[in-house]
Amino acid sequence: MRTIEQYLPDHPFFAGLDESAIALLAGCAVNVHVDTGRMLFREGEPADRFYVVRRGRVAIEVRAPTGPIVIDTADEGDVVGWSWLVPPYRWVFDARAVAPTGAVAFDAVCLRGKCEADPALGFALMQRVARVMYERLQAARVRLLDLYGAPHGASR
Amino acid sequence: MAPLADLAAGPSTDAARGPMLPRPFRVDQRRQDTRDTVTLVLEPLDGEPLPFDAGQFTMLDAFGVGEVPISISGDPTRPGPLEHTVRDVGAVTHALVRGDPGTVLGVRGPYGTGWGALDGAGGDLLVVAGGIGLAPLRPALLDALARREAFGRLVLLYGARTPHDVLFADDLRSWRDGHGVEVDVTVDYGTPEWTGRVGLVTSLIPRAGFDPRNTLALVCGPEVMMRYVATALLDRGVPADRVRLSMERNMRCGVGLCGHCQLRELFLCVDGPVLSYDRLAPLMAVAEL
Repeated sequence: MRTIEQYLPDHPFFAGLDESAIALLAGCAVNVHVDTGRMLFREGEPADRFYVVRRGRVAIEVRAPTGPIVIDTADEGDVVGWSWLVPPYRWVFDARAVAPTGAVAFDAVCLRGKCEADPALGFALMQRVARVMYERLQAARVRLLDLYGAPHGASR
Repeated sequence: MAPLADLAAGPSTDAARGPMLPRPFRVDQRRQDTRDTVTLVLEPLDGEPLPFDAGQFTMLDAFGVGEVPISISGDPTRPGPLEHTVRDVGAVTHALVRGDPGTVLGVRGPYGTGWGALDGAGGDLLVVAGGIGLAPLRPALLDALARREAFGRLVLLYGARTPHDVLFADDLRSWRDGHGVEVDVTVDYGTPEWTGRVGLVTSLIPRAGFDPRNTLALVCGPEVMMRYVATALLDRGVPADRVRLSMERNMRCGVGLCGHCQLRELFLCVDGPVLSYDRLAPLMAVAEL
């Protein structure tokens, strides 16, 4: 398996960052393995990490009285978590591995410190996280339309 | 054959019958695919099979209730019974899906343009389906599988509402496990036992394994979904004229006379339903067209 420093430059989320930025990010990151059914984080906990999934699958869930409701999944290459970059830095959903999952876990406290010290890096990361948020928001809005549900006004 | 013998044989072609006269078909089998969707296997009462191109539709008549356009979901390479997959969304479709074996239905057609999946020979074939949109695409996949060696990668991306709404689950497994089709399924709403993907079908496009410059993409589903899928395909580098969508409007006559299915200069029952995105994009951008 490639090291984190080898892996990050090829990942679309980190595309365009220079070597020093990659090295800096890699310095805040570790590889983790999460067994099926184990949680990556829970709603309400401090958002002190974020993840890039290298293999496996993570379900983003909401707890409900009837059991967890999966609202999204993240697979190889996907970024999990943006609450680490937005105050109050607290997870608003649960994240659970639904398959044996390998990921790069970034220390958010370390990263936030580096973003404070280097606004150019901070902006570059904010742009990338904003893109993830934008894509998820778009997807959520389209899913709200319930396009595969019964067609409105169907008469036939 | 003498002309009089021709007449004595009765109407045996569409031209002789006229375009508005349905042929009687008997429901031979009825398969409950999902909670609200049923596949009907129809046998012609006159014994004459109905050849069709993948992507075409017929007008199905529940006698005494009404007539609706339904895409053919069977195998175009095997002449025989006619298959239609019908979702129960209104009075006519409700009557159709309740058709037990032995029920006689009327069939007009087949009508419209086909997918032309073989235009993708020599490259990859990408099929993107949403909801019941998998039904009209099933014949295209079967067409391609009958000529598997002519294609590079065969990729099927399918989005359904819930795991219980996934159509043709046996086919999906068979295509994936036995026919080299890369099948990726996602649902809008997961269930506790579902460990597959949850999310929009468009999210499958960036990660799917196909060569965008050498791919023919066939897309069917709700129109809004198709628009987003087409945009995602163009973003990935598939040329607009290599993206084909199956459009739905209020088809009535099926032969381009009544105008109910008009989309500006197009009559979708004859010019469509399958059209390339370079032709459709300007029309799909017009509100309420």
